[in-house]
Amino acid sequence: METARDGEPVVYVARDRLLEIMTWLKDTPGQQYDYLVDVTAVEFRDRERPLEVVYFLRSLTHRADVRIKVELQSSDELAVDSVWGLWHGADWLEREVYDMFGITFRGHPDLRRILMWETYAEGYPLRKSFPLRGRFSRSEQVRQALNANPEAHYSMEELSIADAGGDLPDDMRERLRRGERGTVPNSE
Amino acid sequence: MKRVGATKEVSGQSPNFLLSKFQNLVDWAVNSSRANSLWPMPFGTACCAIEFMATAASRFDFARFGMERQAFSPRQADVLICAGRLPFKLAPVIRRIFDQMPQPKWVISMGACASTGGIFDNYAMVQGIDTIVPVDVYVPGCPPRPEGLLYGVLLLHKKIKGESLFDAVPRRDEQPLDDKGLRLPPETIDEISEPFGNSVHQFRSA
Amino acid sequence: MSKRTVELALATPGVDAEGWPARVPLTAPRGGGEEQEPPPDLTGEHLLVNIGPQHPATHGVLRLVVELDGETVVRCIPHLGYLHSGFEKLGEYRHYNQIIPLTDRTDYLSPMANNVGMAMAAEKLMGIEITPRCTVLRLIACEMSRIISHMVWLGTTSIDLGAFTPFLWAFQERERIYDLQEMWTGARLTTSLTRVGGLMADIPDRFVERLRHFTRTFPKTLAEIDRVLTRNAVWAGRTQGVGVLTGAEAINYSLSGPMLRASGVPYDLRKDKPYLGYETYDFEVPVGEHGDVYDRYLVRLEECHQANRILEQALDRLPDGPINVDDPRVILPSKTRAMSDMEAMIFHFKQVMEGVKAPVGEAYVGIENPKGELGNYFVSDGTAKPVRWRIRPPSFINLSALPKMAEGHLLSDLIAINASVDIVMGEVDR
Repeated sequence: METARDGEPVVYVARDRLLEIMTWLKDTPGQQYDYLVDVTAVEFRDRERPLEVVYFLRSLTHRADVRIKVELQSSDELAVDSVWGLWHGADWLEREVYDMFGITFRGHPDLRRILMWETYAEGYPLRKSFPLRGRFSRSEQVRQALNANPEAHYSMEELSIADAGGDLPDDMRERLRRGERGTVPNSE
Repeated sequence: MKRVGATKEVSGQSPNFLLSKFQNLVDWAVNSSRANSLWPMPFGTACCAIEFMATAASRFDFARFGMERQAFSPRQADVLICAGRLPFKLAPVIRRIFDQMPQPKWVISMGACASTGGIFDNYAMVQGIDTIVPVDVYVPGCPPRPEGLLYGVLLLHKKIKGESLFDAVPRRDEQPLDDKGLRLPPETIDEISEPFGNSVHQFRSA
Repeated sequence: MSKRTVELALATPGVDAEGWPARVPLTAPRGGGEEQEPPPDLTGEHLLVNIGPQHPATHGVLRLVVELDGETVVRCIPHLGYLHSGFEKLGEYRHYNQIIPLTDRTDYLSPMANNVGMAMAAEKLMGIEITPRCTVLRLIACEMSRIISHMVWLGTTSIDLGAFTPFLWAFQERERIYDLQEMWTGARLTTSLTRVGGLMADIPDRFVERLRHFTRTFPKTLAEIDRVLTRNAVWAGRTQGVGVLTGAEAINYSLSGPMLRASGVPYDLRKDKPYLGYETYDFEVPVGEHGDVYDRYLVRLEECHQANRILEQALDRLPDGPINVDDPRVILPSKTRAMSDMEAMIFHFKQVMEGVKAPVGEAYVGIENPKGELGNYFVSDGTAKPVRWRIRPPSFINLSALPKMAEGHLLSDLIAINASVDIVMGEVDR
């Protein structure tokens, strides 16, 4: 479906065909959208409307822009295929969408929180259900912040664990995802 | 003949003239040396850091106040100048840097965001670094002009010159975090983080 | 020379007769013919170094966890978020004109360009055409911002690589532009110049002549910096061949701005998707060849020259006329009229209390920020506060190429590469 808003073409794409369509857009000689401008997500105030993941693509050779949108109903699982394989620029952009909205990107090499700290427990900040000042009281936020370990991901063991990624046993991955760090030698 | 006047017990701290003159001299010497060569630890985060750099540059030059040698290692610094907004993710970092500074140390909170959270009354911003480290001078402004920062530094000089090594209450003690990891009791933190003024009405999205 | 009293267990191959450690020759092994193999327990262990959020050379609160093999960087993992201020969340709770002060604080090195970008996006959303005078003034603001941003970049990069004086020269130039900014908007750094539909104020009386004086004297400072740095053996040695990124990689990593152009991709939004009348100005866009730090330096230096050129042309053609669009639903009426005329008072009231309502829809405008392509994406549902405000941050995306650029270089090269990306953490973390 193509609609033009404010002069730019917007295309709505079904979630399961996203990667196929993106690959076609990038590789076909007539299209050649080789430059990914931005990846972001939009949640509307009207709760009936679905979440949209918006991709801004640009073709440098053909001087064309297009906006691709994927709609995610709130009843669906919030997951989309990652376009990292096509454009490496999507690396941190998708991590930020995950951090702010909670949308996971399947196939992303390193989907961690990027702007908030990794064990951030209040939720996903840019969702409309997340209040402006956060869910916890200020003193609780200060306490959690001061007790967060700023040196996480700073030991060789943790780096090699991060590299192992999918090869780890499931329960270990679950514990790491929840932020339990076990006995990491304190280098001080 | 009656014996007149039993001797009164005089405490060792009693300020006799020479001792107090000596103490004043020592205090003057120590405080002047401390005040006139405060080595700043520029904890610059955002826009105020640029104004801090402008204060260090040739036009406003705080080398005239002895602060030319910016100590980027906290172990060698006297005053921690927190220039810029402080998100929660950076809170443990500033606490650790403050703890790493040796006594005597002072803290200047530069700018509105460091003093109170500024325009960022949201989930990510510490509402004033005084919830985390004890602050000596607050410099308002967004960002404060270099002259403003220099005025703050001069106020700090005044404060330092008013201190004394011989106080009954030691003022230069470490103030560690309590067992929950907080510097102030939670009610105090909540109270000083309360919104003030306009932002009270600007939390509605629609 | 008194005898040394301490037993020295030096790693160097010995002390001479007077007790001074012998200098190790760099080429031939000592003692004729012995193989100088490193002892087996010294090889093969990588060291993790944390270039932590508070560091003079990270240009803000960036944390780099670097895995080193000796002095060579094997892997570099940047950690961000140490300046995350929730701008986009705040934008959803503010009217469009109230978002403008927020834009100053994202890229605080070139605040007026941010203001212009955001106002352009809001105007595109609302379908407003700005006046000719406003167009030229906004262009002047963008180019002034380009100059001050590149001056900060130059100053801080040269400090990182050891040259202190260009920092002072560059900041002195910045002070002159700060004076102009202060004359115009009242603030040195956080300008909040634009409003939806126009500007906050017209330029004051002596602004044009002072800016013209600046454009005449600025090239001299640039020539001085050029003389000190460009053919300097130390500078060239530390920046040439360092941090190379090919054009195809640059496109794939979505780089923009001087980073993209230094890698050989001739893409500049001012030429390719012109806005604010850039197509009517006569200027060139420098494009590099090798994609290393030296090329980025040359590109940015030349961009300062070109920005100066554009400023001169813009000052020549500055038209008279109003700066604000003549639409009372968007622009506040003047105070005297609001106090005397009922209708103007109602418009004033509605705008201040409810804000300017935008039609349902969305708009994205990308401008050529000094750092790259700064985009503002607004999604509106018909109310005065946007549903979603997205800043497309050039520094964030440029920084994502840092791990790729840094592999295989030395630690001191990492500092040079980090400096060449020209990041401003306020924009990276928003």
